Amino acid sequence: METVLSIIKILFFPGLLFLLVAAMLAEYIDRKACAHMQNRIGPPWYQPLADVLKLLGKKTIIPKNAGKALFRALPSVSFAAVATAFLSIPVWGSHAVVEFEGDIVVILYLLTIPTVCLFLAGWDSHDVYASMGSFRTLTQMFAYEVPLFMVLLTPALIAGTWSVSGILLYYSENPLYTLINIPAFIIALIISQGKLERPPFDAPEAETEIVGGALVEYSGRYLAIFRMAADSELIVVVSLLAALFLPFITGIAWIDFILYIVKILALILILAVLKASMARIRMDQMLHFCWWVLTPIAAVEIIVILIVNGGIAL
Amino acid sequence: MSEGLTIPIGPQHPSLKEPVSFLITLDGEVVKKAVIELGYNHRGLEKACESRTYIQDLYIIERVCGICSHAHSYAYCRCVEELAGLQTPRRAEYIRGIVGELERLHSHLLWLGVAGHEIGFDTLFMYTWRDRERVLDLLAEIGGNRVNYGINTIGGVRRDLDENICQHILDVMDGLEEQIKYYAELANTEATLIARLAGIGILTRDDVIKYGAVGPVARAAGIMDDVRIVEPYGVFTEIKVNGVTDDHADVYGRTVVRIKEMLESIRLIRLMVKEMPDGPISVRAPRRIPTGEIIIRVEAPRGEDVHYLRSNGTDKPDRVRVRAPSEANWHGMKHMLEGFHFADVPIIIAAIDPCYSCTDRAIMLRSDKGDTVTDWESLRRTGIERYKKMGIDPSKIRMRTSGV
Amino acid sequence: MKKIKKIFIPGKIVARAITSAFKKPATIKYPKSKPDIAPGYRGRLIYSPTNCIDCMMCMRDCPTGAITIKNLGTKENKEMHAYLNIGRCIFCCQCVDTCPKKCLSFSQDIMLSKLNRDNLTIEL
Repeated sequence: METVLSIIKILFFPGLLFLLVAAMLAEYIDRKACAHMQNRIGPPWYQPLADVLKLLGKKTIIPKNAGKALFRALPSVSFAAVATAFLSIPVWGSHAVVEFEGDIVVILYLLTIPTVCLFLAGWDSHDVYASMGSFRTLTQMFAYEVPLFMVLLTPALIAGTWSVSGILLYYSENPLYTLINIPAFIIALIISQGKLERPPFDAPEAETEIVGGALVEYSGRYLAIFRMAADSELIVVVSLLAALFLPFITGIAWIDFILYIVKILALILILAVLKASMARIRMDQMLHFCWWVLTPIAAVEIIVILIVNGGIAL
Repeated sequence: MSEGLTIPIGPQHPSLKEPVSFLITLDGEVVKKAVIELGYNHRGLEKACESRTYIQDLYIIERVCGICSHAHSYAYCRCVEELAGLQTPRRAEYIRGIVGELERLHSHLLWLGVAGHEIGFDTLFMYTWRDRERVLDLLAEIGGNRVNYGINTIGGVRRDLDENICQHILDVMDGLEEQIKYYAELANTEATLIARLAGIGILTRDDVIKYGAVGPVARAAGIMDDVRIVEPYGVFTEIKVNGVTDDHADVYGRTVVRIKEMLESIRLIRLMVKEMPDGPISVRAPRRIPTGEIIIRVEAPRGEDVHYLRSNGTDKPDRVRVRAPSEANWHGMKHMLEGFHFADVPIIIAAIDPCYSCTDRAIMLRSDKGDTVTDWESLRRTGIERYKKMGIDPSKIRMRTSGV
Repeated sequence: MKKIKKIFIPGKIVARAITSAFKKPATIKYPKSKPDIAPGYRGRLIYSPTNCIDCMMCMRDCPTGAITIKNLGTKENKEMHAYLNIGRCIFCCQCVDTCPKKCLSFSQDIMLSKLNRDNLTIEL
């Protein structure tokens, strides 16, 4: 019985199926919100699903020089990593499907896999635009990785636990401590745009410069899987931010679920505003911004938290 | 990254609106060498003009450029009018002036949107194109079409402006002025916009003179080359234009110049609508134009537009030469691209507001072995033979002569 | 050459973007709702044969050779017909200006696409 329940949890709710539905809805909300901010009507609600179905029905073309097995495997690996990361984030109630001490580190590492997959996909395509895109993807990863990890680990430092569910429980008991995380939260919001390769940090896939970047040679169902992976990554990152920085739960499972939906909706809308309000910044500007603006702030934040933590401990 | 990676931009590329090819050799992310290949868009329109009457040519010339259609047809009409010795009515010149400034507004708004799109600022793109749509609706009301207004005819204009349209123009201008002031403020204060536009695609004052750049590219480097000021024509002999220059000499400077020119255009439109005299809108033009040749300059939104016309006393021109403003700006492009980031290439290309199909002309290359000039008939024969080898016989297809 | 050295805050357009989100969109759902067409918009030509004198000036001035006027009757008993190739017509309406008897005018009808090339020539 326990096994069956686990399988249901992993495959349907709050696992794979929920993730897919949420990812498509998130893409719809993101696009619709952007459209309305740009004074347009925007797509109908079924557009993300229609896009995926259309891509699934299209012919797949694999470049001659590409490694066939790698080319086919990368989208699935990318999606699998994202879906696995989602299992450790609490959705229904305060407990995730899979939880253990240190799962936040595992989530962060699983979340780098899609980026590496994207790099490999571009590298394997043997195309100038794809190579440019994959190089930019990798460069951007080196830029955002350090500040992102620093700010995502700050809540864990106060809570004294390395488990997302544990952090959630700690802050629901001491909600005032979330206030100290606000600078980290703002940095995390900005930097997650870089993580998700959305404007203003979408240089790796800038379609007016390098024609879509690393995925330029992908088509058909492999592209569809990559797109679903990217959409799911949005949900996972947003859920992680909600769990770490907005840890307000009541203890009643269904109310918590509604709260969770409200939280990720708000975060998706904030990300959509960020997406609509800025021009794409160049790779060197991105590096400069991450290393000289965000990393020092994050470091100061961690030092402050360590001092405050020492105060609490005393 | 390996030394000297060569990346093609074009002939088909999302940042290019028309086919043109750039071969960019990179050193890391920095452009080391740029090779520009034009010539994908030759339409033979100068030749087409020579086989049609002056009236028919009006509509070919109007379609030289989709954006500066009025500037081209205005220049052509002025050529024919000067040769025929016609004096256009003052009211016609005012209407031409109003349409010309409206065209500048819609062209610059279009450019601002395209520039926003090239640097990934889609919200700016959508906003400016929404505002441009209001200008296009106005032009459709005045001329009868959104892009090829067809307002010019030889000897005047084809349609009059009545009270309602004048009022409508003033209403739209009020709304637009507010929006354009907002864009000016945005260009002055938005950090990401400045970060992407400032300091790239530099063409200094000396370079402008060396490469012969015109329009906003020259004005951004501090050179006042506005034909409306240096050689006033038509309505601008009565209404003075305040020239706009800037000293940034980069893409940011070109943006600032264009935004300020839009505000100036709004001022001019208001003034022209107010001061418009009464009277006829056109004079009767002869079908046969006396022998002569003439060069006319008109300020198009992208810069100085030069038309040359030679007539031979018949109802068809002997030679038509169109030098679109983009043609002058291409020469400095290589200089502008080299030394900047690859990410800046699309916006530097877009910054001259390039128009590829306006630019393409047939050229004759002179070599030591002697020139070969192919005339119309032998070109046709060569074509037919070539297709016969491929198994198609096109010799039955009648060569299309004028008009029919 | 001037250089910009001040530091600016990004995201200047946010306020305008959020207010725009609650306004009516500037676009329309095209096939469902029809666009507004200005009253003077040049669309399909209209031909009234009563006054036509068969001078063929419109055919001579047409830049693309889109319009054809044919007299199907005799010289005394005229039966005028006008044909327009809407694939060639550029809607410049020079023929309307040229016609000495004002037999041609234009409508605001712009929905003229056809599925077959042969159907492009229509009788006015």
